[in-house]
Amino acid sequence: MALDFTNATVRAWRRENGRVGVRNHVLILPVDDISNAACEAVANNVKGTMAIPHAYGRLQFGEDLELHFRTIIGTGANPNVAAVVVIGIEPEWTRTVVEGIARTGKPVEGFWIEQNGDFETIRRASWKAKEFVHWASELQKEDVPLTDLWVSTKCGESDTTTGLSSCPTVGNMYDKLLPHGLYGVFGETSEITGAEHICVKRAASPEAAEKFMKTWQAYQDEVIEPFKTSDLSDSQPTKGNILGGLTTIEEKALGNLEKIGRSSSYIDVLEPAEAPAKGPGLYFMDTSSAAAECVTLMAAAGYVIHTFPTGQGNVVGNPIVPVIKISGNPRTLRTMSEHIDVDVTGVLTREMTIEQAGDALIEMIRRTANGRFTAAEALGHREFSMTKLYRSA
Amino acid sequence: MLEVQARGVAQMATRPHLLVHHKGDNVGVVVVEGLTAGTEMLAVCTEDDSDFRITAKADIPIGHKVALTALRAGETVIKYGEDIGKMVGDAETGGHVHTHNLKTKRW
Repeated sequence: MALDFTNATVRAWRRENGRVGVRNHVLILPVDDISNAACEAVANNVKGTMAIPHAYGRLQFGEDLELHFRTIIGTGANPNVAAVVVIGIEPEWTRTVVEGIARTGKPVEGFWIEQNGDFETIRRASWKAKEFVHWASELQKEDVPLTDLWVSTKCGESDTTTGLSSCPTVGNMYDKLLPHGLYGVFGETSEITGAEHICVKRAASPEAAEKFMKTWQAYQDEVIEPFKTSDLSDSQPTKGNILGGLTTIEEKALGNLEKIGRSSSYIDVLEPAEAPAKGPGLYFMDTSSAAAECVTLMAAAGYVIHTFPTGQGNVVGNPIVPVIKISGNPRTLRTMSEHIDVDVTGVLTREMTIEQAGDALIEMIRRTANGRFTAAEALGHREFSMTKLYRSA
Repeated sequence: MLEVQARGVAQMATRPHLLVHHKGDNVGVVVVEGLTAGTEMLAVCTEDDSDFRITAKADIPIGHKVALTALRAGETVIKYGEDIGKMVGDAETGGHVHTHNLKTKRW
């Protein structure tokens, strides 16, 4: 008999804006690449904080700059983050980030290095970080509905076993939880190629379908056509995908789409790192198919747990969002089981149904929300990779 | 001990070597490691749990595809009940289908 999760609760933090967080990070957030060192120094001074260095943030403009701010602000605003110290090179863009995060109501303070130097900036920011850690570490968890969580998905190092087992496991979880208030999201615009005709039919409305096709076509016209050499066959499928038995982009895309289950449909199409705004349900986000970039964008949109099916064994994690790895490939479980949270190899041996695999994933989501470290967290995987649209000025 | 062994054998006999997504597919996926040419494989269709036997014609790695019927160059390969590309070489029934004989029609 299928388990009933509609009344399940988890112990988690209810934030100032009502959203539920499953981790309680105090972030030291650089606005730009040259502020990484100061952020890392503050994180070293004050235990219980985390710096998330990155490569960008200077001389970006237009849509690319908007995406940069959306990603940085969204990361700070994520409910898995209790409070944020922001450090940038100059005051203006630092204030932009601080004001963006402050809209959630959480504590945030900005510092800038120009006319202060690293030493003075680190000194002041460390005092604030320490104050935030004392405050955050006394915040209490409360009982909240499991379906108040926002759960994202993206698969990686896929092979033919992901389409048979781990991707439909995520799909089964979505089919069970989305009707009860869960927010979901899938993306990977490039990996939908080959199954776009099926994906468009999974839109909940003609508007969402039209928006999806426009997004998908823009990727073909603006990225593939101008930059392709002969084709994408050296990257899509990847060498790892091919080793695992995948042959064509169509085959890969069809396996990928198994993540949205049988009955779920997406209600809107999001820009990269855009927060969903049309209520509970499933969303499609325009993202790269590179694991760290995609998970970073979904975390910046406000998702608090990520479900990650893998075949050949992708090891990605995220600094603020627990990434749950699901695999059905017996060779991967034999050779690199330290990376896998949910073993669904039983689906391939016909000893486990997709229904049971979906329940096992929901149980792992519940435990992860309650505080269980994922494999990626235990192994220190904190990949934070910003998506950049074009060259800086 | 004998009983345990007998159960182990019975379980092995029902564990498929090959899974097929849909009834109309002309390829299946090897789901065991170390499959060797000549193995009489148990194939299961996940759509309705029906099964059949097919002999592997090559050593085929886990995750790789097997032709369920003789596939000739130019023919469309069906998996998930969908077109996943065309054969650019031949594969006999039970033969290996991979990047050497299957390509996308797209690029």
